[in-house]
Amino acid sequence: MIKKELLSGKSIEIILNRLTCELIENHGDFKNTVLIALQPRGLTVMDRILENLQANGISEVAHGVLDITFYRDDFRRRDIPLKPNQTRIDVILENKKVVFIDDVLFTGRSVRSALDAIHSFGRPTEIELLVLIDRRFSRELPIQPDYTGKQVDSLASQKVLVSWTIEGEKDAVYLIKPKNE
Amino acid sequence: MSELSVNHLLGIKGLSPEDIQLIFETADQFKEVINRPIKKVPSLRDITVANLFFENSTRTRLSFELAEKRLSADTINFSAASSSVKKGETLIDTVNNILSMKVDMVVMRHPNPGAAVFLSQNVDSIIVNAGDGAHEHPTQALLDAYSVREKHGDLKGKKVVIVGDILHSRVALSNVFCLQKLGAKVRVCGPTTLIPKHIQSLGVEVSHNLQESLDWCDIANMLRVQHERQDLKYFPSVREYTRQFGLTLPMLDALKKDITIMHPGPINRGVEITSEVADSDYSIILNQVENGVAIRMAVLYLLASKKKMNFKAE
Repeated sequence: MIKKELLSGKSIEIILNRLTCELIENHGDFKNTVLIALQPRGLTVMDRILENLQANGISEVAHGVLDITFYRDDFRRRDIPLKPNQTRIDVILENKKVVFIDDVLFTGRSVRSALDAIHSFGRPTEIELLVLIDRRFSRELPIQPDYTGKQVDSLASQKVLVSWTIEGEKDAVYLIKPKNE
Repeated sequence: MSELSVNHLLGIKGLSPEDIQLIFETADQFKEVINRPIKKVPSLRDITVANLFFENSTRTRLSFELAEKRLSADTINFSAASSSVKKGETLIDTVNNILSMKVDMVVMRHPNPGAAVFLSQNVDSIIVNAGDGAHEHPTQALLDAYSVREKHGDLKGKKVVIVGDILHSRVALSNVFCLQKLGAKVRVCGPTTLIPKHIQSLGVEVSHNLQESLDWCDIANMLRVQHERQDLKYFPSVREYTRQFGLTLPMLDALKKDITIMHPGPINRGVEITSEVADSDYSIILNQVENGVAIRMAVLYLLASKKKMNFKAE
């Protein structure tokens, strides 16, 4: 297994700042916007963006976390089932603008499940997608991000790993390749 | 661990403590689902469940049916009163006929102890025991323990007394197994005639004194006197039973502690507990009912996840 660093902590910080600015450009004071992190890996990205928004004087941003386990299209197809995570959405999303936040966009299947799941909380006027890493050319469904941190070209056999200081590692993004590639 | 160690839910006895934890953790997420504006997930949309009730039930049948519908499963209902069972059909024949209509899971209540185990050995389907005679009622025990966990956190070291008709109660036996697996201390309390002989061999304490048991416990689970299962008189009169083992609000207030009162339903108000107790802040009876749906969703979801898609066969 070969581990190659794609992004350093400093680069991630710059990217997150840019993504925050792009969000502010489109959502203004965020009065009608709800940020929704996709469990489990979108949570830290959202927390960092919320910190950045606060630094820009926008402190009251409605947000929540969404788990998509019960909406996945591979139920009863995986060898080992996934354990569901917590969903916490305390706002009604009817007529709101929703921004999904995740760390890596790969096949697009999680986002499809999230599009399905979110309607349990009302009908948003629009839904956007923000990802730190876009593994372009790996999509299995017609889903594209609205805000992209960095595009990465990778094979299906490879993995993209995002690690965070808050989880005991340093902030970084790695490409993990099997040895024979 | 994200998978149950069993393929059927026949009783609590066959579950490991890890299985129970997994069911609880999954139920936590389903409890959030059933409190959403739209209370439905699509997980079991390609699963058909048959609810076979060879014995009367209101709560359990509705709770299972709601859990199945919240998971988007297709359901068919069957009650023995209006079926060919009356014409002499055997259990295996009845169930195999239903299964040939491409049913994936069977939820069954049956008056004979061991009916669920028997079925699991003789038909090709996932079996969920919704009560078999005076043997086990696993989902009730799971929702009882889950409700205690919700109020008190960990069950380890908690003292639970089960009061009433232990002899005829499948809820009592499943509760004993479940609470012990989670590390709680269990005592049963009731008239001598309604406590099974040798129940101490399960590691439970026995008492015939309600007041003393209330002083001892953190949680009291008050069972119903099951007149319909009693073939002879086990105590002189209902009035005498109530005087000895009926729970009243002054008794609870006098304890001056945070005691939790449970009841699996249906309540005989004024017999095992008074109306004031059932409706008081001590009671978590309605939480038990709400949690019942979440627990049953978790059980059905986790068992269904073990039945892998097989496109060749279908």
